[in-house]
Amino acid sequence: MISFDYTLLIPVLPLLMFLTLGIGGHRLKPLMAGLLGSAAMGVVTVLSYLTAIQYFFVGGGMGADGYVALIPFQFTWLAFTDTLRITLGVMLDPISVMMLVVISTVSLMVHIYSLGYMKGEKGFQRFYAFLSLFSFSMLGLVLATNIFQMYIFWELVGVSSFLLIGFYYRKPSAIAASKKAFIVTRFADFGFLLGILILSYYTGTFDFGILTQPETSPVASMAGVSFMGLSVVSWAMVLVFMGGAGKSAMFPLHIWLPDAMEGPTPVSALIHAATMVVAGVYLVARLFVVYHFWAADIQEVIAWVGAFTSLFAAVIAITQHDIKRVLAFSTLSQIGYMMLALGVSGYGGAEGTGYMAAMFHLFTHAMFKALLFLGAGSVIHAVHSNLMTEMGGLRKYMPVTHITFLIACLTISGVPFLSGFFSKDEILVAAFEHSKVLFAIEFLVAGLTAFYMFRLYFNVFWGQERHYHHTPHESPWVMTVPLMVLAFASVFSGYLPFTHLVSPDRLPFEVHLHWGIAIPSVLIGLAGIGLAWVLYKRPSRVPDRMAAAMGGFYTTVYHKFYIDEVYLFVTRRVLFNLVSRPISWFDRHVVDAFMNALANVTNGVSDRIKGLQSGQLQMYAATFAAGVIGLVLLALYYLGSA
Amino acid sequence: MNILHFLIIIPVLTLAGVLTSRSLKGVRWVSAVGMFAQLLVAIAVMVTYMGLRKGGDSAEMVLMESHTWFASLNIHYTIGVDGISSAMILLTAIVMFAGVFASWELEYLQKEFFVSLILLVTGVYGFFISLDLFTMFLYYELAVIPMYLLIGIWGTGPKEYSAMKLTLMLMGGSALLIVALFGIFYGAADGVHTFNLLELGQHPMPVEMQRFIFPFAFLGFGVLGALFPFHTWSPDGHASAPTAVSMLHAGVLMKLGGFGIFRVAMYLMPQAAQEQAWIFIILTSISVVYGAFGAIWQKDLKFINAYSSVSHCGLVIFGLLMMNRTAMDGAILQMISHGLMTALFFALIGMIYSRTHTRQIHEMGGLMQVIPFLAVVYMIAGFASLGLPGLSGFAAEMTIFVGAFQHGDLFHRVATIMAISAIVVTAVYILRVVGILLLGPVKNDHFLHLKDATWYERLSTLTLVVAVAGVGLYPQWLYRLIYDSLGPVAEKLLAAL
Repeated sequence: MISFDYTLLIPVLPLLMFLTLGIGGHRLKPLMAGLLGSAAMGVVTVLSYLTAIQYFFVGGGMGADGYVALIPFQFTWLAFTDTLRITLGVMLDPISVMMLVVISTVSLMVHIYSLGYMKGEKGFQRFYAFLSLFSFSMLGLVLATNIFQMYIFWELVGVSSFLLIGFYYRKPSAIAASKKAFIVTRFADFGFLLGILILSYYTGTFDFGILTQPETSPVASMAGVSFMGLSVVSWAMVLVFMGGAGKSAMFPLHIWLPDAMEGPTPVSALIHAATMVVAGVYLVARLFVVYHFWAADIQEVIAWVGAFTSLFAAVIAITQHDIKRVLAFSTLSQIGYMMLALGVSGYGGAEGTGYMAAMFHLFTHAMFKALLFLGAGSVIHAVHSNLMTEMGGLRKYMPVTHITFLIACLTISGVPFLSGFFSKDEILVAAFEHSKVLFAIEFLVAGLTAFYMFRLYFNVFWGQERHYHHTPHESPWVMTVPLMVLAFASVFSGYLPFTHLVSPDRLPFEVHLHWGIAIPSVLIGLAGIGLAWVLYKRPSRVPDRMAAAMGGFYTTVYHKFYIDEVYLFVTRRVLFNLVSRPISWFDRHVVDAFMNALANVTNGVSDRIKGLQSGQLQMYAATFAAGVIGLVLLALYYLGSA
Repeated sequence: MNILHFLIIIPVLTLAGVLTSRSLKGVRWVSAVGMFAQLLVAIAVMVTYMGLRKGGDSAEMVLMESHTWFASLNIHYTIGVDGISSAMILLTAIVMFAGVFASWELEYLQKEFFVSLILLVTGVYGFFISLDLFTMFLYYELAVIPMYLLIGIWGTGPKEYSAMKLTLMLMGGSALLIVALFGIFYGAADGVHTFNLLELGQHPMPVEMQRFIFPFAFLGFGVLGALFPFHTWSPDGHASAPTAVSMLHAGVLMKLGGFGIFRVAMYLMPQAAQEQAWIFIILTSISVVYGAFGAIWQKDLKFINAYSSVSHCGLVIFGLLMMNRTAMDGAILQMISHGLMTALFFALIGMIYSRTHTRQIHEMGGLMQVIPFLAVVYMIAGFASLGLPGLSGFAAEMTIFVGAFQHGDLFHRVATIMAISAIVVTAVYILRVVGILLLGPVKNDHFLHLKDATWYERLSTLTLVVAVAGVGLYPQWLYRLIYDSLGPVAEKLLAAL
């Protein structure tokens, strides 16, 4: 039996680093803080790789029938009743171990890269403190043993994301973006929390191990209860998915992600491309058994939401000019792929291809999307602009960035034998077997993806050379080495034997490349690249004319279908002006005015009657006499009548 | 000697010390030392309590002592504590300790200020240890009276108006309580006439009597707990009150309301509580959302906090009304959590105000650049308020929600979902303030020269931050402590169902 006790250090080290840098960081030299943070992350990476090797390849995780969930450490954080308790702990199973590798790799690369990228920035130590906080929260999230622990860390990644998006806190746009990200995801978490509460009410547990047992899960007993025509499991799971959709920026909760690009670029690479935004995918995968067996209707919803988002975001990506926003929409689109794959997946053997593919794509996507963002950061670092209209011809000045960026573009476009090719192909196979319409959508998106990525690539590295303030130069090695490492991962991670590692029933299975689907999807990808070549390789006016020809449609897409405006309308006009403001008014002018009126009436009455207490003896005597006469008359009247 | 006596003796000695000190320095240090000693006593009470429980003492109240005071009416000076009162005493001590340091730089009549403040807090301690309703009521009034002076003399803005309003409304609550008090006295079964809480619990009132008396007791305490629609003293009162008074008032005094509701109203009148709960559940679930939406529109920092308190304290009473052990436990955790973080907020607002001389958020901005320490602490307080895990608010709110969800019927469900929805609105108003006040460019050039926190300000705020984080990081021991002490009232409520 291999001991996994050391895995506790994986989340704890970044936490300690956060406390160290957060409290004492300003006393350290910036470089020192950065190196400390990176060193801690380096140790975490080594431990994560060790865990993965021991779990997958040395047999530490293999039980009698398939991989087992190991819990090397846990303690009770809050026990509501004897059965309903929140524990904090470390759970190792195939997907959490895989996530450890993803998170630690990307996080370490970002830590190292930022040594160069953030050099000289005010608040360098704070930046590393927040990165550590984020890494801690994200690692805690994936290692969660129960759904409430996940919710706790879910909130913590949310707040780290808030802090990092708003890192440049003097910039109003960054503040607005960080607020938006937090509030939109908070709204989604409201659903998540309700889902958890419903689930725990019926099952009496938060524990993943118990909830996701296909045979013995207490969820089965709640499937018969229904509310408003839908089983309560479906209610709970759709609400939980709402949380996942918020974090993973699925339509219609996607609006925060493009704005989140206000954060420093390494942050976008880490949080808003590789790790946090896939938390929703991870959540669905974590509860996959529950979705698949007892909330199949919601699983279908997930597939469609994923498919729609992937198409919708890909269309928008074509029109954007800010390179980070193109990448953000691309991220949305790719996460849509993963959601779709989970939505169409079955359970057991090759049926579980979709589930495996989602995790596979999550892995490869993390590598190449982090690479794209870091590459974009390197470009932005050189030309001091985010707009591709201010870039062009950079291949000569930045050879390493150029080549690694090209590799990433080829990978995401699904060019054969790079990692994206394998993972995307599996998703398309799974979609094809479930629904032809979904397959058609994703097939189209594959073409769009290749097109918008190469539109970006040609615009930045080819096209017209711009007038730069100073000649762009290649970034320092602390920035290019991470690019090379990630490029290596982008190329080769497709050869990881995922079917032997990850599956819904945790049993290894075999699938083979489906050439009937792979060949057309490669072709449409190449077509997309070709079209981009024609339109953007050389400076040309054709794209502008095409945009003009499309008129209103183009503008609508460019403005992201005006969905932000709809949200603004609902929040500003409706909630602020029609709810909050009237409430404030009501409180002051009705509730409080009533209390004041009580006081005023009391005052007024006393004012009227205070004249009676005049102090004049004659007046008192007269009143006294009148009273006596009145009483005597009254007495006589009653005595007489009796 | 019973350790509980020290809770009254030390403030009285401190009072004497303050009255006899000749210098400002003396006044400050005597208060500080006194309140530090009081903090130690509060810790000792907690330790003693836990030791007794561990030793197997399973009495409802421990450290009890009783002296006949007014024999003809059967009034006694009866004191004793359980886990909940020990926790509330500790809360009071922490807030008061922080409050003294937050008032370090008071500008005039310092001696009189500290005298009133300590008098007030003596009343609070007395309230928490009393088991005789009459004594309890007396201590309560002792706390309310100095409040009038503290706001009326040392306040800001329309202070006379606010002081009068607050006092009158709280006195209105007291008037209801007096009725309840005598109803309880004469209503107890078996012809028992006593104010002793435990004895009254043995002789429950007839149901008809309960129905009549319960609303008086509930509303009487509810006014103090800022129950909608009797909360309007809170925005004005807090806005005008000086820093330490706001801290103590929002932090502790408002909790007397929730404390009284379960210790007196629900404990003695469980049937009526079960019957009438629905009305108040509606009121409180409204109040949670109403307060949060109200806060979005405010421009004055203290008003924002006052409305936020309406929302958070609404949740306290909401949790109590769910009447199961988990939810009630959450409600008490929320009292403690809210007490700590709201005290922190008011301390910070006072410190910011003393620098910028304004509380209008739009006149400030970019404070993170000029007073980073205070700004960071403000942010932590904000995160605690919006329920970030690891800080106290999260554990408390989640406990209430989990408890409330144990009711399966539609009415409770809808009310609970409404209450939970406030977590979103809370995020909106907290981040709005953080965005406008702390982040962004510095709006006013005068602010560029502001000094960051002094040592006493650091001490004051860090005490509270540590407490907030302590409760938030490991809520289990507090949860357990409260859970065990909730047994008697929870059993009565359950039996009354």
